[in-house]
Formats: sequence, structure tokens, C-alpha cells
Amino acid sequence: MRTVVPVVETVVETPSTVTLRFDYPPEAAPGQFVMVWLPGDDELPMSLSYLEGPRKGVTIKAMGGSTRAVLGIAAGAPIGVRGPYGNRFDLAPRRILVVGGGSGTAVLAPAAEAAARGGASVAVALGATRASELLFRDRLRAAGLRVEVATDDGSEGTPGFVTGLVERWLSTEPFDAVWTCGPEVMMAKVAALARARGVPTFCSVERHMKCALGLCDACALGPYHVCTDGPVFPAERLLATPDFGRFHRDAAGRRRPL
Amino acid sequence: MAVLETDVAGVRLRNPFLLASGIWGESGESLAGAWRAGAGGVITKSIGSAPRAGYPNPTIELLDGGAMLNAMGLPNPGIDEYPAEIEIARRAGATVIGSVFGGTAEEFATLAGRIADTGVVAVELNLSCPHARGFGAEVGSTPEGVETILRAVVGAVRIPAIAKITPNAADPAALAAAAERGGAAAVSAINTVRALAIEPRLRRPVLAHGLGGLSGPAIKPIGLACVWQIFERVRIPIVGVGGIETADDAVDYLLAGARAVQIGTAVAGRGIGLFGRLPADLDRRLEALGFPSVRAAVGAAHPPADGAPRPAL
Repeated sequence: MRTVVPVVETVVETPSTVTLRFDYPPEAAPGQFVMVWLPGDDELPMSLSYLEGPRKGVTIKAMGGSTRAVLGIAAGAPIGVRGPYGNRFDLAPRRILVVGGGSGTAVLAPAAEAAARGGASVAVALGATRASELLFRDRLRAAGLRVEVATDDGSEGTPGFVTGLVERWLSTEPFDAVWTCGPEVMMAKVAALARARGVPTFCSVERHMKCALGLCDACALGPYHVCTDGPVFPAERLLATPDFGRFHRDAAGRRRPL
Repeated sequence: MAVLETDVAGVRLRNPFLLASGIWGESGESLAGAWRAGAGGVITKSIGSAPRAGYPNPTIELLDGGAMLNAMGLPNPGIDEYPAEIEIARRAGATVIGSVFGGTAEEFATLAGRIADTGVVAVELNLSCPHARGFGAEVGSTPEGVETILRAVVGAVRIPAIAKITPNAADPAALAAAAERGGAAAVSAINTVRALAIEPRLRRPVLAHGLGGLSGPAIKPIGLACVWQIFERVRIPIVGVGGIETADDAVDYLLAGARAVQIGTAVAGRGIGLFGRLPADLDRRLEALGFPSVRAAVGAAHPPADGAPRPAL
């Protein structure tokens, strides 16, 4: 039960990140993902970075292997799509701090836009290694969101990790929820900062994934399966597992340090 | 209240619903989760001598009618690391059966010994994976091969050995008979049925491996036929597998000759909570059919040995 569709458009977002747009009508909610099949290569879980209407989009960081192959995909190339799968961000909170690290912003952008459209006050802290790797900064500003930036090398915004921005924002404004996606060490730190202020954090996490149906156990994370129980989890549940921020499982199911 | 407790190969099971190998079996916490959900026992992912990543995706395809096609390629952490996962499941109190796959009788025996050392109550031999070169059905499709592997394993371990039989053979019951001759304490039947799905727009099979194994409701009649024939050929207990989603499905397998059943694909559609619901459903169903226990229903659809008439409603 998958659909083969042509890629309608590719957009190079940053030197290492590309967006594929394609027409795939099934309705999707902020936080959900699809399995994208690059024929002859692999099929990977990808969060939807565009989900309004039939023209969906995924935004992928080329980290090696098949994700690198994504950079070579041209408009017109066929891809297989199944889903959407997984749970969603709860759009009820009225004051939301969104914290994106690197390509993690891919899943956060449509969620932040949807929350803002629903009347929530949304602030965004974006972090990246350098200015050129800041994902969706202009898109989020264009949506009317307050966006602040931190870069590891100081080439834009506050120098250093995004957690510095988070600390400042949490100390100057009240928030009902923090949404975050990025490196797990970053998410764990963000969750700890938010907890100190009594603000619940929701993390979108990534694990090796095969079936996406809650069967094969490849994406096991503590007692959870990221494909069916996630990918969005309350941070305290993740922090109660021995793996979050520390271990993942490789394709063979071996626990390995992150 | 019907008695749901049953036993297979001398292993007592609190109910006849086992988690099938390959489902929720890579991590100890998942095995523990299936046990806590209510499974009568849990069977590990098939473990080999070395870690295996399995095939690239797509490894799975849902077909119409709830059928599923997969070729995972026996991914597993390998016997060196996997005992830590079994330990987590055992600490949760789970009745754990270890599944292993090998390419030769000697490899099976070694792996069975290693997994027996972890404290599992029995070892299930994967003689039936339909899509792994050099393993599974490739070594388990002839009676001679099955008997040789069983003899090697039974000579190497003290725990009971269960042979998981392929349906992709001319005479699956002959494989079960060979397992019995080799000393198997029980047989599981069936593994997935060799199958293929094509993506015409891409002019290629859907699964990266090409061929895969079919599971889900579509294969239940095939599994029933195998269990039926095996019941007439062997005296050792049978574990029924294939397309079981409901207590009614399980009853059919019991009446065909199974003493316990395995659930796999149904977890996708119905969630792991299925294991919590099935025992109560089975209890009601057995009572309605006039069976006081699971054991009383085993093989009840076969002609009575003494020629006595079957009870009718």
C-alpha cells in the first residue's frame, strides 16, 4: 500500500539539506512522518516538512549512505511514499517555545506554523553549526513567528549552542510548552532547562526504522516504538529510558552509543 | 471458565498465545512489553552467530485484506550481544523461548547451546525463513536436513528443541516427522509463505530483496492445512502459526491439532494489547463450544480414534 509519485520540485535549503516536494493527497498532522522509498536504494522515515494540502514535502539532511543519494534526486524522479505514520504535536498550548537543532527544524516548521495559525504565540530558537546551515529561518519569519538564532561558530545570531537562547527565553517569558527536535543531547538539555521552569517539553525523536508498523522492533527506544508510540514524546518519558540521549540501535538491533 | 493453561514441549504456558519470532523481539524491553501485555510466552527474534543488518528497505509491504509481505533478511544483534536482551525479558518474569538460525547443523547446535545458557525455557529452530540465502528454508526444506539439524541440537542442549517448519515444501508434514525423529520436543507450523509483490510503475519488485514471505489472514488456511497434516503424522505437540488475529482463529488451530499458537502480523493492526484481550475471548469461545480447556480442544476436528460419533450441537 504505497504510492509511487514523481518528485515535483527539489529545493536546496542549506549546503547539506534538500527538500523534495511531491503530490500525495492523504491528510497529515504536524509531527507525522512518511516512509519514502528511493527506488533501488532504500526506504527511509522522513518527517513531513510541508503537509498542508496535497503537495507534501520532506526535508532531509545528507548524512551519508541513502540520505546522501537524496541530494542527487532530480525533479521528475519517481519515489515511493507510504504513510503518514506516527503521532502528532498537540496544538493546544497557547504559548510555545520551538527549539530546532540543525535539520530537526524540518518537522517543527509546519507544527509551529499550524500552532500560530491557531492563535498560539510561538517563539522559535534555531541552532546550527553555521549561518548557512540554519534551516527554515526565513520561512518561519515569513510566517510571522519570532525567530532567534544561535550558531556554533558565531557566524549569525548568538554564538554557541541554541540552549543558551533557550535559557534566556525561558527566563524572560512564560511558556506552556516546549517543542524540540535535533540532536538528542541538545533535546535532553532543553528538556532539563524547561523542567526547571515547570514547562513540559515534547521531543520528536529519530531511530533506525524498517517496517513503520510497530512490528519489527528496529526503532525500539526503551519500552516504546518510535514509529507507533512516537515520534513525538513527552520528554520525561524519554528521560526515564536508559537510551534517550545516550544509545540508539543499529540496523542489526545492537545498542550503540549515540 | 475454560482452563487456558497449556504446555508445549514440557513448557507450561499461562495461555496459548505466544509472541511469534520476528515481532517485537530485537530488544529485551519489547519482549517484556509483550509479556506484560498478556502473552503466554515470547519468542525472540531469530539469532545468528554474527550481527546482521538484514536487507535494505523496503523490507515490508502491506497488501489488501490485511496480508503482509516481508523480507527483513534475519536482522539480529548476534549471539554475543543478544543475551543481555533476554536477561531484560527474563527479569520481567517473561517465559522466553529463544529462536536461532544457522547454516549448518553444527552452527545450529552451537547457537542453541549459547542461547540455552541464557536461561530460555526452550529453543525454536528457524528452519523456515523463506528469504535468507544459506539459512532458514534453504537448510530446512528436506527431511534429511531437518533431522540432521535436530539431532545435532538435541545432542547439545538440555532444553526442549522446537522445529519451526516451512510451508514452502512439497510435504511439510514430512519435515515435521523428520524433526520428531531427530528428537524435537515440538514443531511450530508455519513460517511465512514465499511470495512476491511487483511495482509495475518502477518495473521492479517492491521488496529490496525481491522475494518475501506472506503473512496475515490470507495464510491461515494454509497454516491450518499444515497443522492438520502434521497432527496426523507426529505425536509431539504442535504450535500453530499463520494468520491468527482472533480467538476464533486460535480455536480453529487448536481443533486442527495445535496446543498453542503464535501471533505476529496481527500486532500491526491490533496493537500489542491484543495479547490482553485474546485469553478472555478464547475462554468465552471454548465455553460456548463445550470445551473445558485448551487441551480438550486440541485435535478435536480430527476423526475420533475409536470411531465414536462427534458431538453435535
